[in-house]
Amino acid sequence: MSDQTLKTTPLNAAHRALGARMVPFAGYDMPVQYEGVLAEHRWTREHAGLFDVSHMGQAKLTGADAVAQFERFVPGDYGILKAGRQKYSLLLNDQGGIMDDLMAGKPDHDGLFIVVNAACKDADFAHIEAGLQGDAKLTRLDRALLAIQGPEAAEVMAAYEPVLADFGFMDCARLMLFGADCFVSRSGYTGEDGYEISVPADQAERIWNTILEDARVKPIGLGARDSLRLEAGLPLYGHDADETTSPVEAALAFALSKSRKERADFPGADRILKELDGSLSRVRVGLHVKEGAPAREGAEIADADGKVIGKVTSGGPSPSLGKNIAMGYVSPQFSEIGTVLTVIVRGKPLAAEVVATPFVANRYYRKPKS
Amino acid sequence: MRYTKEHEWVRLDGDVATVGISKHAADALGDVVFVETPEVGKTVKAGDSFAVVESVKAASDVYAPVAGEVVEANAVLASAPETVNADPQGDGWFARIKVADASALDALMDQAAYDQYLTTL
Repeated sequence: MSDQTLKTTPLNAAHRALGARMVPFAGYDMPVQYEGVLAEHRWTREHAGLFDVSHMGQAKLTGADAVAQFERFVPGDYGILKAGRQKYSLLLNDQGGIMDDLMAGKPDHDGLFIVVNAACKDADFAHIEAGLQGDAKLTRLDRALLAIQGPEAAEVMAAYEPVLADFGFMDCARLMLFGADCFVSRSGYTGEDGYEISVPADQAERIWNTILEDARVKPIGLGARDSLRLEAGLPLYGHDADETTSPVEAALAFALSKSRKERADFPGADRILKELDGSLSRVRVGLHVKEGAPAREGAEIADADGKVIGKVTSGGPSPSLGKNIAMGYVSPQFSEIGTVLTVIVRGKPLAAEVVATPFVANRYYRKPKS
Repeated sequence: MRYTKEHEWVRLDGDVATVGISKHAADALGDVVFVETPEVGKTVKAGDSFAVVESVKAASDVYAPVAGEVVEANAVLASAPETVNADPQGDGWFARIKVADASALDALMDQAAYDQYLTTL
């Protein structure tokens, strides 16, 4: 079996003990489901789901000039980011194409803690290392990464560490949790409230099993992770964005900090600033497919006259909404909410409409202003 | 009941074959969310893709195990595709085919042969 060439996370044995169905994903042997995708999806939306996302890449970027050095690769302003905060950003190539999306934050007073996608991590880290100047140093972290997501995640975690209840969305810290040195952020990729917790690899199984002792928590596989992020309108890198798509095309312009746009000092700034001024050939939209089969990645999108104007980049059934949803790229003149389009599934045009994303409202925890 | 290597089952009553996917196939797919059944009146050859079954993650073709004319499609699956998971070899049938040559079923696996086949996968 080719499985022998797959990498494993520190939780591989735990997944097998739980009866997970394992599949290859980004070079790793990963759990796609335990109980079933629909049940796991719904459990996460109603209670709390625990995900193993240890296949993702984790690193620290340190050195006196670490923040300024990091900004050379991304369009976000990390200089003004306060300690204890993290920010979503994009690794851009010189043409303004997206090499990956990532989270970077300041959990401690030692540079940046960075999390990137599994499939891109080797290329991402090599790219950053090759471009670093001065004393800034990238250190890959061989740690596990857990995500607990859902409306009951905060209560579950507050039982172990009360201070976590006071975190707002995108707050982060390095702290002792379950007796281990952890990086914790109030974030995730499901649209729900919750946390991502980076733990030492040799403590991962113990911590995973401890969290699962809470009856509100069930293990959730990558199948439901994908349907949850789709409902949340969150792009999946390599599908909904790639090296040819810019942040403006991918509807991720919020990741372009105002100061960075003014300075025009990020990779591909020429193209991206022109696109912000309206010179845009395509843009990512949300679609509600109103009849028939789900529209999957690769399905063509046509206008009301049947002329092909774009492609679906991810799509499927929305378990929470009970209807079929998709994301895809269309010319800007077809991107208005309410535009009537069709998607072509197995040769059949199916009625579709451009809708706002997220498809399912997110429930991130915003701290009341004090 | 007879089976194909692609995990369809077929059961003959007179000259009408009822066709579905095996429990093994339904379990492997996971939650079925959509089924596209064939149009009544359509003529199919053995091995033709004649239906589609979709889980949350992906769409899979279902192949006609025998040649003939589709005389009925399971209307229940349009509103309750989960029936395929609940009762794959009963209420979750896909279509009925009026077979051109009933002896063609002899080439398919019986229960014992299919069970044996599953152990080789």
